[in-house]
Amino acid sequence: MKRTVFRNRWLPYLLVLPQVAVTIVFFFWPAAKSLYLSLYRSAPFGGRDVFVGLANFHALLTDPDYYDSVVNSFIFAGGVTALSVVAGLVVATLANQKIRALGVYRTALLWPYGIAPAVAGIIFLFIFHPAYGILPYYLSFVTAYEFNWLLESWVAMTLVIGATAWTHVGYNIAFFLAGLQGIPASVMEAASVDGAGPVRRFTSITVPLISPVTFYLVVVNMVFAFFSSFGVIHAVTQGGPGRSTEIMVFKLWKDGFIGLNLGSSAAQSVLLMAIVIGLTMLQFRIAEKKVTY
Amino acid sequence: MHALLILSVAIIAFPIYFAFVVSTQSLAEVVQKPPRLLPSGHLVENYVAAWHKSKMGTLLFNSAIVAIVIAVGKISISMLSAFAIVYFRFRGRQLVFWMIFVTLMLPVPVRILPTYEVVGDLGWLNTYAGLTVPLMASATATFLFRQFYMTVPDELAEAAQMDGAGPIRFLWSFLLPLSWANIAALFVVLFIYGWNEYFWPLLITNTESMRTVVIGLESLIPRSGTEQPTWNLIMAGAMMALLPPVAVIVFMQRWFVKGLVESEK
Repeated sequence: MKRTVFRNRWLPYLLVLPQVAVTIVFFFWPAAKSLYLSLYRSAPFGGRDVFVGLANFHALLTDPDYYDSVVNSFIFAGGVTALSVVAGLVVATLANQKIRALGVYRTALLWPYGIAPAVAGIIFLFIFHPAYGILPYYLSFVTAYEFNWLLESWVAMTLVIGATAWTHVGYNIAFFLAGLQGIPASVMEAASVDGAGPVRRFTSITVPLISPVTFYLVVVNMVFAFFSSFGVIHAVTQGGPGRSTEIMVFKLWKDGFIGLNLGSSAAQSVLLMAIVIGLTMLQFRIAEKKVTY
Repeated sequence: MHALLILSVAIIAFPIYFAFVVSTQSLAEVVQKPPRLLPSGHLVENYVAAWHKSKMGTLLFNSAIVAIVIAVGKISISMLSAFAIVYFRFRGRQLVFWMIFVTLMLPVPVRILPTYEVVGDLGWLNTYAGLTVPLMASATATFLFRQFYMTVPDELAEAAQMDGAGPIRFLWSFLLPLSWANIAALFVVLFIYGWNEYFWPLLITNTESMRTVVIGLESLIPRSGTEQPTWNLIMAGAMMALLPPVAVIVFMQRWFVKGLVESEK
């Protein structure tokens, strides 16, 4: 709390006005409208809204397509999170040694964060390309299996997970490096003296001591994968093959803007809102405890 | 250890290296087996061709406008509201704080249809205002400035008041000069956010001349099965789309790490 404050009747309101105006017009009002629309069946092209209660939700929750999109979202978000958090921790531990030119390494590890997932997806699309891609080409020496993301669901899913995790690993490295620098060097030295090798030190000291950061990053990466991954799906797989990479955000867009089923799309927004509220609460619960190791 | 670290860097850098290599090859070299992993001599002609084919000048210009306006807008309105929250006592202060906090739980997808409608009603579809203003509220930036202002010693405001400086003078001549590190850090993170935003610009732009580069890139990829994709041009386009945000990270690395780690607290 500040002891020194300025006194002015209207100035503070003027100062918060821009932020509050944007918040109400583009956040609260639309969110409330999503809630409203989710209870109505609206005819596209200006028909009248008909109140249908929870029918939109009922329709969604009994729709196998929607169920698939939920499962796909969890596979996608879980895959991105696992891959980028584990890789982030391992690489950050390697980079946290007392070596020269750490700054150069850090830059070399962080910069993919600047690449949009959609652009990364396009690059990975070519790396995975069934006819010209470098990955299927080299794998063809090892196995006769055809790694065709246009036909195989799991290859397509691996492609979008890999591209997304690749852009996000730098974010995790930055957080892990900050956390690792908080572990006293004396702890590591003591373990070394006791004969613990690098792998043992990693599993017995680094992993438990860094776990608050890890939990925090798991939640943040889940939020990122759930809500900021429309681009990679839209640019690369368009939800295919079949609907195997159709995540919730993509289905919401498809049903709302292509299918013009506004009620269903709004109900999907509301269900996503429930997920993001849960994850954000969790994030702040963890953030409160983050410093206590 | 050192070798493992170099290996990690190599794995992380490989997709970009490969994209660069492909962007310097002719189409015949791109499809040859085994794949060529060294750059070839078609760099200039590919980039020029990709530039013209996808109207790259317009796309990059739009992306720059959008990213800069979003970053500057978010920083400005967040500074002002954090200043009001920390340095004034007013009715509704707590309410304003909570409203800003709740925006964290309302990412674009959960309010997409009605936001689109609002922007349409304002006549902002396909305009820079529509591309930027709806994304400008920022809880994280407001919290960062609030946190920072709390650490500024009370004596500074006292001294300013003694000198007869009003609140606006104090913000402009005392707080702003102290805030540059935070501003730079937020700028890097928000610039990247704005540059890479996909969902929103895809929805509210409907002409090529308003597209940003991240969504405009898709126009290089043929969706009909009959046309052979020109992978070298696609990769040249991808390189041009990712160069500006990556350059911002590389040249402002210190601020980037600060912004990333501190704005998420």
